[in-house]
Amino acid sequence: MGEVLILVDHVDGKLRKATAELLTIARRLGEPSAVHIGPGAEAAKVTLAKYGAHKVYVFEDEAALSHLVAPQAEVLAAVVAKTNPVAVLIPSNTAGKEIAARLAIKAESGLITDAIDVQAGEGGPVTTQSAFAGGFTVKSQVTKGAAIITVKPNSAAIEPAPADLAAETVDLTLSDLATSSTITERKPKEKSGRPELTDAQIVVSGGRGTGGDFSPVEEFADSLGAAVGASRAAVDAGWYPHGNQVGQTGKQVSPQLYVAAGISGAIQHRAGMQTSKTIVAINKDEEAPIFELVDFGVVGDLFNVLPQATAEVKKRKG
Amino acid sequence: MNIVVCVKHVPDAQADRTFNESDNTVDREGVDGLLSELDEYAVEEALKLAEATSGEVTVVTIGPERAADALKKALQMGADKAVHVCDDAIHGSDAPATSLVLAEAIKKATDGSPQLVITGMASTDGTMGVVPAMLAERLGLPQVTYASELTLDGEKLTIRRDNDASVETIEASLPALVSVTDQINEPRYPSFKGIMAAKKKPVETWTLADLGVDAGQVGLDNSWTKVVEFAKRPPREKGEIIKDEGDGGTKLAEFLANRKFL
Repeated sequence: MGEVLILVDHVDGKLRKATAELLTIARRLGEPSAVHIGPGAEAAKVTLAKYGAHKVYVFEDEAALSHLVAPQAEVLAAVVAKTNPVAVLIPSNTAGKEIAARLAIKAESGLITDAIDVQAGEGGPVTTQSAFAGGFTVKSQVTKGAAIITVKPNSAAIEPAPADLAAETVDLTLSDLATSSTITERKPKEKSGRPELTDAQIVVSGGRGTGGDFSPVEEFADSLGAAVGASRAAVDAGWYPHGNQVGQTGKQVSPQLYVAAGISGAIQHRAGMQTSKTIVAINKDEEAPIFELVDFGVVGDLFNVLPQATAEVKKRKG
Repeated sequence: MNIVVCVKHVPDAQADRTFNESDNTVDREGVDGLLSELDEYAVEEALKLAEATSGEVTVVTIGPERAADALKKALQMGADKAVHVCDDAIHGSDAPATSLVLAEAIKKATDGSPQLVITGMASTDGTMGVVPAMLAERLGLPQVTYASELTLDGEKLTIRRDNDASVETIEASLPALVSVTDQINEPRYPSFKGIMAAKKKPVETWTLADLGVDAGQVGLDNSWTKVVEFAKRPPREKGEIIKDEGDGGTKLAEFLANRKFL
């Protein structure tokens, strides 16, 4: 079986859930190997082995993470040139897609982004993507080189499959071009204590209908252990941070449950949430397009409906 | 300073966008098109920088004849001149091929030495957001992407980049490639004067041969990926919609309990 590379997703050496998801998917396609860039490779080994990595290629030079994406593409390109893998799986976030983009050019390999599923197929991996604001599903294949695929969070249920892990150092000097765009400061976003939007099983979002008061949205979210999102209208009005925006120009989420409160459901918002499993909406306007998508809708004032629902959820949860 | 802005003509997101049955490419004929909204921010940022540095803005697009509409809008906003790369062989090109053609067009438009290239963060149709990084790779320029704030001090560029879990400050020196988000500015509307002036602005049309790009490197047949199939997502089954008569919240909680979310 051919080798399948995954780029380890970590923050300061702490592994993110996407790493185990990518390894779980990689096992369908071949023999998984991890590529770890930056500090923390030693500590990561236990988890990488647990989810089936046979090898980890390590590049520890911190310069790779203090410059924007290009160094990581260079490291991956070096490993790809050496191993000639079947596929390279990369987390589908902003940086991940850019790393994949540069790698595709360097390795002259086809690139598919934002996969929501990847399966083995004749002639290589077959990906599933959502297109046109979730209105279509598209199946694609790479036809040249290693299949470079960025995979969205929550695209696979994590399954352990312990393997014996060997480590190998990547011997590489970063080019001047790769270090020409410098990250001079990195501030973690303020932690809300809530789950991360793109990882969350439940998301509760507020829009124009909140009039700027997100407290009923946040309280309902907290009763469910949910992440909080916002429509573009609410973000543009300055009511909620841009990092919480759900939609085409914000985050694309696909939780088990999505609750839209005071959101009309414009195409730009639907692009970010239409693939959610169950959708619930609360809106004063019974003509709001969001009601075309819902499994359950309440025509009413969110300032009445949400507090009552919050109280009932708390009562039922005990 | 000569600033190059890459723009795309896309199917209107408000319309019923679809694919061509014959070759699985995006239908660009049956649907109204326009300048990708996310590219307006790139044009605006270029105009602001050009105004501050007595520079010039060139907009570049690739696409069929009707893609000229996207250039027209950018010229109406205030760009000085436009380049339209138009060649039937380009139809169906993937992102690597698109970035190849764009890179060659940028080089030709700047006599081989671009100073500042600005793009939007992604197109509103393909939405991959990978062409800016590919352009930086192909042009050998520092990549300064997803800027939500930008300052240019002499040759030094500084941006604020919003990531999923962090906010970064990125620095690089010109020449550079920049992509901007929809948080960076408020794009201007074309003025009447701008609309009239645009009619006299130069638009050059180039073919692949003009750029020295071999047709065997682009187009659907030479794409590094292929769409195997596409399917319209079945419309969601219309769910239960109730009017709040004082117990809407309780009924909502009941629904969630029945679906095992509590």
